[in-house]
Amino acid sequence: MLTSIQTDTPLISLTKVEKWYGAFHALKAINLSVRKGEKIVLCGPSGSGKSTLIRCINALESIQSGTITVDGTTLDNNSTSIDAVRREVGMVFQSFNLFPHMTVLENCTLAPMRVRGASKPDAERIARKYLERVRILDQAEKYPAQLSGGQQQRVAIARALCMEPNVMLFDEPTSALDPEMVKEVLDTMIALAVDGMTMICVTHEMGFARQVADRVIFMASGEIIEEATPEVFFTAPQHPRTQAFLGEILAHH
Amino acid sequence: MNYVFDFGVVFEKMPELLLGAASTLGLAIAGISLALIIGVLGVAARSSKYRLMRGAVIAFVEVVRNTPFLVQIFFIFFALPMMGIRLNPTVTAIIALAVNGGAYAIEIIRGGVESISKGQVEAGLALGLHKFQVFRLIVLKPAIRTIYPSLVSQFIMLTLTTAVCTSIAAYELTSVAQMIESDTFRSFEVYFTITIMYLFISSIMMGLFALISRHFFSYPTR
Repeated sequence: MLTSIQTDTPLISLTKVEKWYGAFHALKAINLSVRKGEKIVLCGPSGSGKSTLIRCINALESIQSGTITVDGTTLDNNSTSIDAVRREVGMVFQSFNLFPHMTVLENCTLAPMRVRGASKPDAERIARKYLERVRILDQAEKYPAQLSGGQQQRVAIARALCMEPNVMLFDEPTSALDPEMVKEVLDTMIALAVDGMTMICVTHEMGFARQVADRVIFMASGEIIEEATPEVFFTAPQHPRTQAFLGEILAHH
Repeated sequence: MNYVFDFGVVFEKMPELLLGAASTLGLAIAGISLALIIGVLGVAARSSKYRLMRGAVIAFVEVVRNTPFLVQIFFIFFALPMMGIRLNPTVTAIIALAVNGGAYAIEIIRGGVESISKGQVEAGLALGLHKFQVFRLIVLKPAIRTIYPSLVSQFIMLTLTTAVCTSIAAYELTSVAQMIESDTFRSFEVYFTITIMYLFISSIMMGLFALISRHFFSYPTR
């Protein structure tokens, strides 16, 4: 485990969050509090609600009851709170979602210019800084389709960082990658963690969880079943569902 | 067949025909530009959160696509003056072309917008962009690129439909040809000539669309 910069202020807190898709109960009474600088790994079987949970944090999904507060802003249905939260929360998706008609650099400058009102030179300076940091500055003038999956995902990370968020959400960032590209993306995420970024990662990369996570949270059927430090989580899981899940996942790795 | 061809008249009237052709090109470009604007705004309005707005767009598209263009242009030219809206033939022609082309453009562009993955929209929203910015900056260009061939063929059709504007005596190639024909009775020569000229006009439009495509849509996709 890494030594992390942590304070006691919760940066994100979810209280009794309930989410339904029609008759399907996707999130059940979720309580979660994340401190500044903390790294959380969320895992669980597919359909367990882990992606839904992080998508609620930046209001890509709406919730039916409960409260979500990010950096002092409580999400409600008015767009002011949603705007405020989205400015502070970066997200990286499984399928990269780079904008195909923009160069790497343009992908990175779009939001700082349109959302933060940065000038083009400023936005480009910031973009180059973060592209350098994910070690892909040499591809700045290329289009997404000209990059490998791993490179695209690193650009997606840089793009999110360009908004200088307080929190980064990762939604299965390596699941769509060819095996040989997983490492470059994980290394980028590890570097980010070392720098003290607050992170919530939905991932099945247990090596990453072991190395980076302050807490591993296991979800199933829309509930948080178990949460623990990586050592405890991997060596002494309490709940039978966690044990079954770990058995299956570690058998494949 | 003892008809003697005499293209002399046609050559004599060539300046008028060229002016007519230029006018046709002008009507087409004006109509297409406005149709494109109507198409894009229509698609945006069709996904509005206001039901009335969405309903209005759907009704507009259905009315225009299920009535003849000739009736639409007559309606604007002959019926609207009864309500105090009096427009000259050229303006009428442009509006009729824009409205007609716009309705088809809405349907075509909507298809393109629907083909864009939800992930693109979510990535934009997650970066803090507003819904309309996401549409304008992220969705629109790839969407239009996807359906560009259909849009182009619709707009080429619109270019040729300018000929119908003859019916309200708008100044364009076919109406010029009709005037020359009724002066000279050289039907074959006149209509043969403008057939060739329409082919040229279509090629010019195709060329323009190809240029636009090369400028805007040349980014690699795989």
